[in-house]
Amino acid sequence: MIEILMIGLILCCFLCLYRIWRGPTSADRAVAVDILGIVVIGFCALMLLMTKEGFLMDIAIAWTLQSYIAVLALAKYLEGKNFDE
Amino acid sequence: MICIGVMFNLLGCIGLVRLPDVYNRLQAAAKCATLGTCGTLFGIFLITGISPAGIKALLAIAFILLTAPTGAQALSRAAYRSGIKAWKKNGTEDSKEEKEIREAA
Repeated sequence: MIEILMIGLILCCFLCLYRIWRGPTSADRAVAVDILGIVVIGFCALMLLMTKEGFLMDIAIAWTLQSYIAVLALAKYLEGKNFDE
Repeated sequence: MICIGVMFNLLGCIGLVRLPDVYNRLQAAAKCATLGTCGTLFGIFLITGISPAGIKALLAIAFILLTAPTGAQALSRAAYRSGIKAWKKNGTEDSKEEKEIREAA
């Protein structure tokens, strides 16, 4: 059962990678990177069910915050501003 | 619960590939993927119960619900200010203010 769900999430990752590869504008690529980060958090949750290792949830929390910072930095970069505004 | 979450994730990513422009993609993908991942993490909480992993899952849900809409809003504003036009098939026009903002940017 968990294997089927993991295959579904791997399919999600490949769809995001397709959008990163083909995205017509750089904003498309930034959106796809955002969603890829969120999908990886779900991946951590499923791996916790498979392996019963508690530290995977720590990785999920850290990945959430890191993905948020990365998205904000990408948005500022697309907007063409400096980072200290 | 986890199955529902993964289904929403998959639908969000299909929307990310299929929809026509940045704003539609952002809307579909952010909503579906947020709800999907939150559903998956809530399923983890239901399975493990009150344990360190379950509490951390709830914490991760809180962080995702705080950060994902903010990030999506920042991205859409950046896309708009950098001059990407919306998909024109439904016949909507830019209002005057929008044109001024876009020319100023």
